Amino acid sequence: MTANPRTLYEKIWDAHVVERQDDGTSLIYIDRHLVHEVTSPQAFEALRVAGRKVRRPDLTLAVPDHNLPTTARLDSAGKRLPIADAESAQQLAALEANAPAFGIRYIGATDREQGIVHVVGPEQGFSLPGATIVCGDSHTSCHGGLGALAFGIGTSEVEHVLATQTLLLTQSKTMEVRVEGDLGVGITPKDLVLHIIGVIGTAGGTGHVIEFRGKVFEEMSIEGRLTVCNMSIEGGARAGLVAPDDKTIAYLKGRPLAPKGDDWDKAVAWWKSLATDPGAKFDKSVVIQAADVQPTVTWGTSPEDTVAIGGVVPAPESFADASKQDAARKSLDYMGLEPGQRMDEVEVQNVFIGSCTNSRIEDLRAAAAVLKGRKKAAGVKWAIVVPGSGLVKAQAEAEGLDKVFIEAGLEWREPGCSACLGMNPDKVPAGERCASTSNRNFVGRQGPGARTHLVSPAMAAAAAVTGKLTDVRTLV
Amino acid sequence: MKAIKEISGKAYPFGRKNVDTDVVIPAHWLKTISREGLGKGCFETVRKEPGNVFEDEAYKGSPILIAGDNFGCGSSREHAAWALLDMGITAVIAPSYSDIFSGNAFKNGILAVALPQDAIDRLMEVAKTDPITIDLEHQTVTTPFQDRFTFEIDPFRKHCLLNGLDEVGLTMARNTAISSYEDKARDALPFLAKGIAA
Ligand code: SF4
Repeated sequence: MTANPRTLYEKIWDAHVVERQDDGTSLIYIDRHLVHEVTSPQAFEALRVAGRKVRRPDLTLAVPDHNLPTTARLDSAGKRLPIADAESAQQLAALEANAPAFGIRYIGATDREQGIVHVVGPEQGFSLPGATIVCGDSHTSCHGGLGALAFGIGTSEVEHVLATQTLLLTQSKTMEVRVEGDLGVGITPKDLVLHIIGVIGTAGGTGHVIEFRGKVFEEMSIEGRLTVCNMSIEGGARAGLVAPDDKTIAYLKGRPLAPKGDDWDKAVAWWKSLATDPGAKFDKSVVIQAADVQPTVTWGTSPEDTVAIGGVVPAPESFADASKQDAARKSLDYMGLEPGQRMDEVEVQNVFIGSCTNSRIEDLRAAAAVLKGRKKAAGVKWAIVVPGSGLVKAQAEAEGLDKVFIEAGLEWREPGCSACLGMNPDKVPAGERCASTSNRNFVGRQGPGARTHLVSPAMAAAAAVTGKLTDVRTLV
Repeated sequence: MKAIKEISGKAYPFGRKNVDTDVVIPAHWLKTISREGLGKGCFETVRKEPGNVFEDEAYKGSPILIAGDNFGCGSSREHAAWALLDMGITAVIAPSYSDIFSGNAFKNGILAVALPQDAIDRLMEVAKTDPITIDLEHQTVTTPFQDRFTFEIDPFRKHCLLNGLDEVGLTMARNTAISSYEDKARDALPFLAKGIAA
């Protein structure tokens, strides 16, 4: 036993220090690097120009997701269809060339395993508890649901990791978000994390790594934990974590890239030692009562702009500080909402079920449960369901979920980031609203002028049925 | 990365304050796969203004850019540094910079010199007709008219720029430490250390 009780984050950090420097930074070893087509081309180019290699291609996995259209990728003869947008096609082609050139395992655009990086990593058993995981995408924090220290990086850091398998980092402070009690019936992990961000604010976790603690997380499925950790970045945190436990171990066992045999036994023993020690201190602690969490939606253009579905659009004057008042005014103007307006009367024209936050099989099941035997409302012009990976898609089809969606009038798409960000053809038209299961409601995120309301998959399905934001509990 | 000892030549007397990275390189240039070629998009919107310095033949190819306070604010896009480099700019002189830009500039071997506004005003005058010299070794900016301004720079950054060391190269030089970590990890954490095959 070590003398000093340590948190989960501190144990992972300590296990990865290559060298400590005098200036307080440390060189940290990176165990797993996920690469996609948008933030990698210039990193590979820089390596090529400098005549450098990838230090550990075997710790790197590449898969395209951000730019890929989610419409059919093969024609009826099984031939690959071209991508209309020239720049997207070019980024995809670059990844297709760079991965083999640098010896990196590549999952191709038409492979069964293709999907969103943050869905593919856990699903393949590439992402592991206690590992340091990076990717050139801010929502890499997702993998913290397995108890991995995972965070997003920029293009020059991608280059740094490719060349050295390390990063120079300053250790973050620790923050505990403890949820007490039980969630009410029909309350999902997405509602919980939206509620948490509403409480702590988008700067609440700045400089910290959050550990989510309490019975709610122990009882939560791994997919739910991935959803919660995915959005910890929206609370300003560098990363989010849930301690690995028997559920985590059961989830990973037998996955294609997970350790096998003797290594597996050693891994399990180590994973079980990672939980925060009794008596370990956090630099910051926030306690949330689970009973306070309602089905939650956003009203503004920041993920902290949350309100219970039974609530109303807040008045800008209700915020204490002047800059938040100003931001709220601008948000309401952009969103076309009035203070005092009931959230459950806000009409939506678009519904997006997908993204690395909510595109796993449990998410699709939750949405299908609401949509079964129902039809999309006439006012909803565009409603798409985008599975997080080809394997999720296959599983959903095996369960007949695709039929439920199609019969309800929703489109069933190919895996990718889709309408999470307006980078591929899936965009929300200017001035229209979208009930979206993604993670960012920023101005223009889903397309120029698009108005995003972040919700859970069940709530998105409910909005598709009624044509407005709706308390899903009234439909079941 | 190229080592920088001295940068001498014409300077764009731009002088504008709060130039954000969207002005340096507009968002629609971000869907690229190369660091090269971004110079064409550099200051794209400014180039449409009548009488702007970037389209003025007198300044074409200048290695130095003179700007106002808070240069490089806004989005963190590293493309801003790549675009400046691609346009041939290897040094910027301004009263202050956003943190992210100064980091990105350094990473890409651009010298960001901070001088007070009155020095900037004088250099803007000189740049209209004559060259400017930045001597990194001695931390001075001089003109043919006996002007001499000294500037501060972080010693570590100075060392890297003078010797053409980039962050990746510096870490690669710590190969022994990284290899010894890997050796230890193969024993202690084999399930993480063992990779996957391509
Ligand atoms: S779904 Fe959205 S947040 Fe997730 S990886 Fe794709 S773009 Fe990033």
